[in-house]
This record gives sequence, C-alpha cells and structure tokens, in this order.
Amino acid sequence: MNKEILTQPEQSKRNFLKIILSGGLVALVGSILYPIFTFLKPPKQGEVEVSSVKVGKLKDIEKNSGTIVKFGTKPVLLVRTETGDLRAFSATCTHLDCTVQYRKDFGMIWCACHNGKYDLNGRNVSGPPPRPLNEYKVVVQGDNIFVSKNV
Amino acid sequence: MKSAWNKFYSWLDERVQLQNLIQFMGKKYVPVHSHSIWYYFGGVSLFLFIIQVVTGILLLLYYKSGEEFAFESIHYIMSKVNFGWLIRSIHSWTANLFILTAMIHMFSVFFEKAYRKPREMTWITGMLMFFLALGFGFSGYLLPWNELAFFATKVGTDIAGVIPIIGKPLMIFLRGSEEVNGATLSRFFGFHVAVLPGIFTVVLGIHLVLVQRQGMSEPLGLEANSKSGLKTMPFFPNFLLRDLLFWLVVLNLLAILAVFFPWELGKKADPFASAPAGIKPEWYFLFMFQTLKYIPARLLVIDGEVFGILLFSFAGLLWMLVPFWDKKSNRGEQNRFINYIGLFAVLYIIFFTIIGWLL
Repeated sequence: MNKEILTQPEQSKRNFLKIILSGGLVALVGSILYPIFTFLKPPKQGEVEVSSVKVGKLKDIEKNSGTIVKFGTKPVLLVRTETGDLRAFSATCTHLDCTVQYRKDFGMIWCACHNGKYDLNGRNVSGPPPRPLNEYKVVVQGDNIFVSKNV
Repeated sequence: MKSAWNKFYSWLDERVQLQNLIQFMGKKYVPVHSHSIWYYFGGVSLFLFIIQVVTGILLLLYYKSGEEFAFESIHYIMSKVNFGWLIRSIHSWTANLFILTAMIHMFSVFFEKAYRKPREMTWITGMLMFFLALGFGFSGYLLPWNELAFFATKVGTDIAGVIPIIGKPLMIFLRGSEEVNGATLSRFFGFHVAVLPGIFTVVLGIHLVLVQRQGMSEPLGLEANSKSGLKTMPFFPNFLLRDLLFWLVVLNLLAILAVFFPWELGKKADPFASAPAGIKPEWYFLFMFQTLKYIPARLLVIDGEVFGILLFSFAGLLWMLVPFWDKKSNRGEQNRFINYIGLFAVLYIIFFTIIGWLL
C-alpha cells in the first residue's frame, strides 16, 4: 500500500479529525447504549415500610404448628411450639430463596427445595443453608398476635 | 400445469440462479458407516425446534402474561380452546425432547470429535444453541405461573445472584425486581418469545450454513483406514428422505406422549406459600441441583453454592472450548482422553439425574 506523505499541518489536521470522529463515535454509541442499559434496570418500587403486623388470633393457631403470614411483601413463618411458645422467622431460606415450612414430624423448620433444616431458634443446623433465619418479635395482646421487626 | 410450473421455475431461475443451488445440493454426500445413525440427531433437533416455533405462535394467540392472567389463560387454553390441551402438551413435551435430542447430538459430536478442525465454529454455535435451549426451557417454565415454576425461578435466579460481583445486578436484571413477581413473568415472557428466538435463529442460520459448506464430518479412525474413501449416499434425496422418516417417527412419539401423558398445569403460584415437599427442577437441571445439595454450606473461604456454580461454569466453558485444547484430534490422531472425559460427563449426568429423581 502506498503511504501518502503528509505535511506537518496536514498530519495534525488528520489527527484532529481522527480524535473528533472517534470521540463522536464513542459518544454516539454511549448515548444509544446508556438509555438501553438503564432501561433494563427496574425502577425502585416505593415499598411501604412495615414495622408491625397483626397476623391472627391465638386460638386459631394450634400447638406444634407453623403458618406463613404476610409481613408487607415478605413471607414470615409463625411457629407455635409444642410448649405453646410463639416464634416468628423470615420464611425465606438463606440458601436459595425458597419459602420454608414448619415440619411437625421432626419439630424443625424445613426447606423443601434443598433439604435445609433450621431449629426453632432459626439456626441453620443441617443441609446447605449458610446462615440462620432472621427472627421477628412476636407480641400477644389479648388474643391477637402481632409480629414486628426485631430491632 | 407442467408448463406453468416450468415457466415459473425459469422465471425464478433467471433471477436468483436456482440451478447453482440444485447443483450444490446434488453434489452433497453423506458418509455411510457404522456410526451414521448419529447424523440424524441434528436434523431431528431442527425438526423439534420448528414444532416449537409453530406451537409457540399458536399459544401466543391466547396466552396472557401477568400475575393475574397467566395461570388462568393457560387453564383457558387447556379447557376451552379447541385442541388447546394438545397444542400446549405438545409444546411442553417437545421442549423436553428437544433438549434430549440436542444433548444426544452434542455428545455424539463430542465422542466422534467432529468438532475438530475445520468445524470449530459449528461446535461453538451448537453449544451456544444448547445454552439458549436451556434458557428457553427455564424462561418458558415460568410462563404458566404455577407453584413449581415459581420456586424453580426463585432458586434459578438466586443462583445467578451468588456469582461474585455481577451476580446481584444480573439477578435483578433477570427478575425485573428484587423478588420473583409479575415483573419477572413479563421479562421471562419477553425473553422466551422475542429475545431468545431472535438470537437462536441467527445462530442456527450460521450453524446450518457451516454444515452445508463443510459437509458431514467423518469419524477419525474410519477416515484413516479407508484408502478408496468411505461409502457415501447422496444428501438429496436419499439422506433427506431418511431424515423425514425419522421426523415422522418422532412426531408420532410426540403425539403419543402429548395425548396419553398430558402436561399438567399444577397449582397457581402463591408467593405466601411454602415450597411444596418433593419439589424438583426440570430433569435437565436435576444433576446440577442434586450436586448443589451435596456441597457443604461453606468450603474453606467461599460459600458452597458459589463453589458449585463456579465449578459447573468452568466445566461448561472447558467443554465448549474443546476444539481449541484437543490438539491431538486436530492433528487427526486418536485421543482417548477425550473419550474418558465424555464418558465421565455422561455417567455423572445420568447418575446424579437418577439420584435426584429418586430422592
């Protein structure tokens, strides 16, 4: 290929154009991609901050049973132990996000997805879960049960 | 009639030179040998893909995306629409058979080392299509918005979330939200009916052009032994007719499966219900699912699941890049090591799938 021999001012003119054009190209690509990528990121939903929820009546919950209650948008597992104690934990398994359940037969909290087990203090005792379940506070006023965040 | 056809043919031929194409097809030969059976699995995968496109478009006419409508619309398709049960059942069954035939095709190409030079790109595009097929399976699984699909998607996207650094943004990108909800369903619907088919069609086009340009690969040993060259049969019409016959058999099999083992719809997803006992992913994810169960929660410095996922990703990458590190096959020499790797992969997948199925 024949190389053109350029004079000094021509060369600098060419360099200038190169910078302007490639800069323009980068800006063009950027201005196309930026809206696309930010579009893909879902906007933050304004969630109502829930701090305490009335979840039911004491007489409706048998001993040695568990039930899932709604805490805002999150599922919470309310367990009534054999001795009648009420405990509440986040029902979201710390392993891979499945929803756990109370198993009467072995008196533990169990995740069906990967056979993870937690004791009644929410501690991960067997299977793959890496962390304990978050505990919630349970308060009984009269016959009403309230679950609230453990601060 | 004949002359009208001839007229139309010459009209077309004058403009697009059909004659060249026919000559090219006429010159294409398929090697005949004891392993020829494996040549049919690529074609049958293509056939199943075409069925998916057709039944998928039909389902689109009635399906409604959204937390409130998805389950109900599939229920409507299955109970009210004429032959809706059949179309939906065929779509679900074909999805599974497609993954199976693609898998058989992949393993046969692997064991025959048909990926070796000059077919590296054919292998890579094939592998890309295989991953896309898994994506099709995963995204399509959620669309009926039933209980099993809901938890499968929670787990699957959460797995994406544990990948270091890019995991969290990737998970939110997939879910369209922090949680699996209606936003996830909308996204998966978009992936399933627009994004994935678009990409898949392009990759499939490249794959098919490469196969036509390069012809069928011959097994290494056979190639070296024969002095007079291998026995062959013309692609058109001999091989194509055999292909069509196999497709017909598969179509019958599909009809039997779809009619006698209709695909169930299950229970509608409830974000406030516990995961049901005995929950399992689709069979093609089962071996990975089962492995994840056995990896302890923590391995030295990293979480067990991160380790498992990195391990599978690394193995998948090595598998996909085999044409570039299997130097021996590229030189036309036998490479037993590859057979052992392939055998290990097959046995591993079968063993853990069965265990996952039984436990």
